[in-house]
Amino acid sequence: MEKKESEIAFNLISHQKLENLSSSEKLTYILKEVKEGRILVLEHGLTPAEQAKLIEHTMKEINHDTFIGIEIGGYENEKVGFFQRVFGVTKKPRMTVIGPAHLLKMVHKDNDMIETTIIPGKGAR
Amino acid sequence: MGILARFKESRFTKMIQKIFGKNHAKIGIYGPPNVGKTTLANRILRDWSGDIMGSVSEVPHETRRAKWKNNIRVDNGGSSLTMDLVDTPGIATKIDYKEFMNMYGMTKDDSRLRAKEATEGVIEAIRWLEDIDGVVLVMDATQDPFTQVNVTIIGNLEARNLPILIAANKIDAENASPATLKSAFPQHPVIPISALTGYNTEALYSMMVKEFSKKRHKQRR
Repeated sequence: MEKKESEIAFNLISHQKLENLSSSEKLTYILKEVKEGRILVLEHGLTPAEQAKLIEHTMKEINHDTFIGIEIGGYENEKVGFFQRVFGVTKKPRMTVIGPAHLLKMVHKDNDMIETTIIPGKGAR
Repeated sequence: MGILARFKESRFTKMIQKIFGKNHAKIGIYGPPNVGKTTLANRILRDWSGDIMGSVSEVPHETRRAKWKNNIRVDNGGSSLTMDLVDTPGIATKIDYKEFMNMYGMTKDDSRLRAKEATEGVIEAIRWLEDIDGVVLVMDATQDPFTQVNVTIIGNLEARNLPILIAANKIDAENASPATLKSAFPQHPVIPISALTGYNTEALYSMMVKEFSKKRHKQRR
């Protein structure tokens, strides 16, 4: 956290990349990237169960001097209508942004937009 | 065993409860830190059992271990619900001990200890989600409701088909906006309350009995 660099890594992750991973692998990957100071935008976010697990894993990883946790903003699952359910369409988690809490700050979120700021001078290690 | 006790234990009574719903439920009080969860738990207990749950503080993460009281009976007209009430630590995605030092004047050692215990409390609160029948999700009506903690709790309970009541707390504050919470989560009942003054808690109790007594098929993950 003390190390300051000017560049900030911002990774946009396609849903295909995460779909090939198990939930556990997905969370390990995300937390590793975020702990290294990267901000991730996931095309398809995490399921509610995965979000809860991510918070749990984050708490275990918190270190007072190097990692204070994550900032995360995403949307609830897409709503699936009756006919879609009949044809086997399942709920999909929607876009989510995740970053280290010392670097990324959620400013505002509503039904249509997630607004964030990046705290300057604290880039990826 | 007395006649009444035998009746309560009887197959007939259990069958009636199975058909018409439940009268005993384990209810979790959830939410982010500092929204008034323990103040509400204390209010419920004071009103229905004369007890209290725990201490409250303006410093976030005052409750760092889950606390519970069993067999709290809440009446609503002709119906009632007996609850095992669980007051959970506030769920957060980040905990920075420096906030306790800079904003609340705590010493470094105390701040670091509080932060460490708070991380353990968050884990405990999340694990309790597996073991409850319904949630009173407490939100601060003066704050933005679209936090990831709220979205995560709601998503997990919806996935398991468990009932959620949203208590829009701190309605006594000047800048409270329960309408914002109602429009943010239209799929769940939102009850504006002040846990501190007791304002509108009767409406909350009435809704708790109604919603948490409903028969639902809990889905396992």
